Amino acid sequence: MTDFVRNQWYVAAYSEEVGEPLLGRTILAEPIVLYRTQDGTAVALGDRCVHRRYPLSLSGRDGDRIVCGYHGFTYEPSGACVSVPAQTRIPRTARVPAYPVVEQDSLVWVWIGDPDKADAGTIPRAPWLSAPGYTTVRGMEPLAARYGLLVDNLLDLSHETYLHGGYIGTPEVAETPITTEVDEGAGIVHVRRRMKDVECPPFYAKSTGISGRIDRWQDIEYHPPGLYLLHSRIAPTGVEPGPDGDDSAACHAEIVYAITPETATSTLDFWMVARDFAVGDEEVSDYLAKSNHTVVMQDVVALNALEKVIAGEPDGYQELSINIDTGGLAARRLLRKLAGS
Amino acid sequence: MSGTVYRIVWAPGSDRLHGTCHCGAEHDADDPVEMWQWLLAHPDHAAAAADGRAR
Repeated sequence: MTDFVRNQWYVAAYSEEVGEPLLGRTILAEPIVLYRTQDGTAVALGDRCVHRRYPLSLSGRDGDRIVCGYHGFTYEPSGACVSVPAQTRIPRTARVPAYPVVEQDSLVWVWIGDPDKADAGTIPRAPWLSAPGYTTVRGMEPLAARYGLLVDNLLDLSHETYLHGGYIGTPEVAETPITTEVDEGAGIVHVRRRMKDVECPPFYAKSTGISGRIDRWQDIEYHPPGLYLLHSRIAPTGVEPGPDGDDSAACHAEIVYAITPETATSTLDFWMVARDFAVGDEEVSDYLAKSNHTVVMQDVVALNALEKVIAGEPDGYQELSINIDTGGLAARRLLRKLAGS
Repeated sequence: MSGTVYRIVWAPGSDRLHGTCHCGAEHDADDPVEMWQWLLAHPDHAAAAADGRAR
């Protein structure tokens, strides 16, 4: 099993999910409650009252404070308890953890680990999600599978041909060799698949309006443990970027996944599709949201089944890896390295 | 990119992998596990290649 990687930033929620209501999420087995103060600041606190562990996410608010719904212990955004029932003395240990929070690119990142080590400058960027000129559709699916299975899935896109045929998969995806690079210094895995003169899958044919054969690029950039970017380029075959780098004749979809381990055997699968084509077209947005949700659910069903298989097998099962796994093996190694094992 | 990049190219039309270490050393293999072992053995690529042949 891939161990948890602590002392890292993880996506806890989309910015739009965090507001007045209290939102409960579990990250690396730590229960967290998220909300937004009256000045708009996102807050993440431990989601268990210090008294009898009642979930604060099931409680209520008094201004910027949370009032435990069981006995009324009241917490500041700093995590400090400022009121307990029927007595004036507040125990010194009456405090819930306050997690460092950064909002960036429409994502709410939470630091899991030693707060003194949190450095917002290390959070990987996904600027398309909130940049002018792009439209994004998104969702989140809970996965009853360990996060390593989602990493395996996303690093080897040859599975699109078999699991996602009729949506994003075509025969050429599985047939086309890949180039894998690991930037050891930056801690990033790149997997590049460049397909020339290939079938356009319905996902892109219907959204871009391109009919006929295409050149399709899939350039993966995985920032372990929590952010996966797929730079997808779709163009009528033969249309190349200009010598000055201008690529406005092509369509670009930035597929983003935030991979957030929930427990040892469950994962929050945040998925996003940002595009620079048909940006104001609601029908295209609806189509891409529906289609990508279908694709994600195909993965969810497959990975949930795999989790059951793995949970039921004895230790030491010997997997077989082939060329398509070159990037996935690299990702696994970086995750082990980050986890310190 | 930092200066420490490992690269594995799957040659089109073949099953062969071509690996290049950040030190410039190159290696061919037909198994990604063996290829990563060779790359990550840096700077002892020669010993890793010998181990690969012994398997």
